[in-house]
This record gives sequence, C-alpha cells and structure tokens, in this order.
Amino acid sequence: MTEEIIIAGFGGQGVLSMGKILAYSGIMQDQEVSWMPSYGPEMRGGTANVTVILSDNKISSPYLKIFDTAIILNQQSMDKFEESVKPGGILIYDPNGISHQPTRTDIKIFQIEGIKLASEMGNKKIFNMVILGAFLKVKPIVQLDNVIAGLKKSLSERYHHLIPLNEKAITMGMNKVSLLKIVENIS
Amino acid sequence: MSELKLMKGNEALAEAAIRAGADAYFGYPITPQSEVIEYLMTERPENRTGMVVLQAESEVAAINMVYGAASTGKKVLTSSSSPGISLKLEGISYLAGAELPAVIVNVVRGGPGLGTIQPSQADYFQSVKGGGHGDYKLYVLAPASVQEMADFVEDAFDIAFKYRAPVLILSDGIIGQMMEKVYLKPQKERLTDAELIEKHGDWAVTGRKGRERNVITSLDLQSEKMEARVHRLMKKYEQMEKEDLRYEKIDCDDAEYLIVAYGSSARISQKAVELARKEGLKVGLLRPITLFPFPKKQLLELTDQVKGILSVELSAGQMVEDVRLSVEHKVPVEHFGRTGGIIHTPEEILEALEQKIIKNGTIRHHKTRESSIL
Repeated sequence: MTEEIIIAGFGGQGVLSMGKILAYSGIMQDQEVSWMPSYGPEMRGGTANVTVILSDNKISSPYLKIFDTAIILNQQSMDKFEESVKPGGILIYDPNGISHQPTRTDIKIFQIEGIKLASEMGNKKIFNMVILGAFLKVKPIVQLDNVIAGLKKSLSERYHHLIPLNEKAITMGMNKVSLLKIVENIS
Repeated sequence: MSELKLMKGNEALAEAAIRAGADAYFGYPITPQSEVIEYLMTERPENRTGMVVLQAESEVAAINMVYGAASTGKKVLTSSSSPGISLKLEGISYLAGAELPAVIVNVVRGGPGLGTIQPSQADYFQSVKGGGHGDYKLYVLAPASVQEMADFVEDAFDIAFKYRAPVLILSDGIIGQMMEKVYLKPQKERLTDAELIEKHGDWAVTGRKGRERNVITSLDLQSEKMEARVHRLMKKYEQMEKEDLRYEKIDCDDAEYLIVAYGSSARISQKAVELARKEGLKVGLLRPITLFPFPKKQLLELTDQVKGILSVELSAGQMVEDVRLSVEHKVPVEHFGRTGGIIHTPEEILEALEQKIIKNGTIRHHKTRESSIL
C-alpha cells in the first residue's frame, strides 16, 4: 500500500500538524512515512501545504506532482491542487470559503463542513482533526488506535489532556460521513 | 538499542551530533538550516553530555571557533546554509591547510547572493572544487534521507579524524526540512584528552606537559615546507579516493539509460526511474553518496552498457561537468534541473530524459509546466 497525499490550506489551520499526526500514525503501524512541507515566507494567513506519503515500501520521492488524495482547505489551494489529483483519486474539501467549486469529473469529490462542525463543538482549533476524521472515513489507511497513539507521540505531554477532545473531533469527522457529499462518483 | 523517531532532517542531524559524542557546536541561524541550532539550544546538550553549544556573532566567528576547538583535538561541528557557507570559506581553507578535523554542514538554498530560502543544489562547485583558496579538497557526504542526515554525522567525524581534514555534509532545504522515520544510535561517550591522544595521536594542542610543543598553523613561509604540506594533502585525497568512496546503484543491472543524481534529486530521480520502468524503459540510477571522492570509475564502467546519461541536480548544471569528465565522451551526457528554489518533479525528470537522451522515446500526453526547463 502506498498513499500519496497533499494537504493544503491557510497557515494556522493546522495543515502541517495534521500531516504530522498522519505520519506518526503510519509509524505506529510500521509503515514508511515522509512529510514534506512547503516552508518559507508562508505564515499565519498565508498558504501552507504538506505532502505526506505512507507506504509499506521504502519511499522514493518525498516531492510529488500528482497525488492519490488532495485535502483542500482554501480557494488558493483548490486552484493549485485540483488538477494534481490522479484520475480516479480523491479530493476532500471544506466548502467554507470556497467560491469556485471543483469541476473534475474523473475523481471522487467529498465535502466536509470542518469549520462549522468544529465551531459547533466549541473549539475551532480541532478543525484539522475533523478533517482528518473525514479523510480516514474515506480512506481508512490508518486505524483510529494508531492515530491516537500518533497523537500522543506528536503532542508534548502538557497537551495530552486534549487528546480525548481530538479523538472526539476525529470521530465527529468520521461519523458525519453523511455530511460528505459525493459530488461525482465514478467507481 | 536504537531509538525510532519522526524528525526533520535538521533535527536528526543535531540529535545525532549529541549522540556521536561531539564536544562543541558553533553556529549562526539561517533558513533552511536554523532547526539545527534551534534543536541544540532547546535540547541543552551541556546537561546531557557536556557538549558546548554556542550561537556565535556571525558565521565567520563560528568557523574560527571551530578552528580553535578543533586545534585542541575536540570533535566540533558547525552548520549553515549557502550564503553563510560562503562566509565560512576562508576558515574552511585554513582548517584544510592546518590539517584539522571538523564537520561542516551546508543545508543548501538557492543562490547566487541571498537568492532564495527554498531548496537548491547549486553549491556543488563550491563544495567539491575548492570554494576557499588554495590546493585543498573537502571530503563531501551528500545525505538523501533524514536517516542519512543522522548517520552521516558520525561517519563525517570518523573521516575527519582518520585524515585530520575538514569534512562537509552537503544537504539541502528538502532533506533538512522534511520529516521521516529515523533510528537514532545510542549515546557515545565524549573522549577525554587522554583518550583522544590514544585514539587519534598526539598532534593537538592539549597543553605541553613536558613534551615537544604541537604547532597548529596553515602558514609555512619556507616554500619547500609548504610544498611538502600540499603534497601531504594530495596524498590524503588520493587515499580518500581509494578507501572512502561511497555510492549507490539502483536498477543499474539491465539499465540502457542512466540518471546520475545525489541528495534530494536522487530521491526524486528514483521515482522517475519507477515511472520509466512502468513505461518499459530500462532506466537506472547512480547516486554518488560522496561527491568527493566521485564515482568516476563506476560511471566509466557503465558506459559499456548505457546509451546515454542524464545528470539531475537542482542547479543550472554543475555536477554534469564531473559526469562528463568521468565518462570520457563515450556516451552523451546532458543536464536537467530546476533552479530558483523550484523543485523538479519525477515527471519532469522522466520527460527530460526522454527528450534529451532517449529522444525517440514515447510521446507524452500529460501537461507540462511552461517554464524555462534547463
């Protein structure tokens, strides 16, 4: 199994940390992982993206042009990465702030109201975990247990009291699968 | 027992330096290398092993602190990124001239000048063709993974002390900033002065204590003596070529076409090889792990087998010159690489291979970026 993922959105949305948790989850189930950020002048409010690869085999390139899955969290990223999904691949996006809906007809497109759900849960910071939950429902490449173990590794101990909240957010993203709208289903 | 972690290349290198029993780090922050000093400052190795970590007032100060500490026989390293390495070059030349062991790390960004903070491999010439003044070379290790960022620190120290010569770890913004799994080796004890003399010989300035004084200098005003020193350096470099060349061959056994790439470009090229093989093209990859010494003989041998070679590097074409020199014009050699901080994709590399080397290869249908592909 090899899963090549791009996660893209605004800096401060937790794009990089979502990727890190995913990478840690892969390690928990003995997979090879790579996490390659766009680094540089981007900061809070700017764009940020990270390429995450999980594989049963050694990973060659950590930098890719096309992906199995794109998780897209703002319009700029939609403009940049909609075309980067492999035919038959998956695009997951939060419709909040998206003015131009994706138009590809050769991929599966899912929506998750991440910001809305996180706000309803009373903590906007867990937005990225709702999105992660949605991704894991669509592509169950890592088990929830391993994600929680990954969270424990990824967060320093003083934040461990927040793990139950994060778990709740992931489960929310997973359970709200009915909120995931399949715009186009080619399979 | 080794310890498994998920770390950035820069962090892995810093942790590996502590665990290798380094005595001191002197540096100055610069993107995309800053995590090295950040990690060391947070980790406070003075409490773990007694290792000194100091942020110098400039890169020039840092390299001269390295010179001073190395003169006492200590395991010492510094790190920076391209413009900072340019500043250190005078000191690096002095280290080579004075025959001092030290490890220098360059996490390369785009240049010339302040350039860009994005990844690049355009410091190849600076690394292997001198850089600083005078007849000297650096032993250059090019890590292609976070694991190698960690492993090469100890390897670099071993080589530095084996030859009493500065060693360069040539990384880049990709390998420095990305995170991968890394197995960290257990902590090694730092050497005492007595252990250091026993292990590496009594050449350092450790306090005279009744013996003849040891002199550390790169200056020799007597021409015969200076020439002898230059000859001694050249002997070291010959020995490095004989004993410490490192390279990796991937899918070369049946290869009809060859890609040569190091560091991050080798990783991306490996994916291009995978894509080529899916199309039925027999492409192999030769990855120089040391850039000096360079796998000249291995490349020349491959010319019996391959029809052409593409040298891939995040530069306007530097390593390609050494590839051409190695193969003695027996097969066509071309360069491909993006610059300015843009990273080439596996697809772009395959397309360049088809257009520049295979030429009559299959026509590709996917869209390509409109840009100045060199």
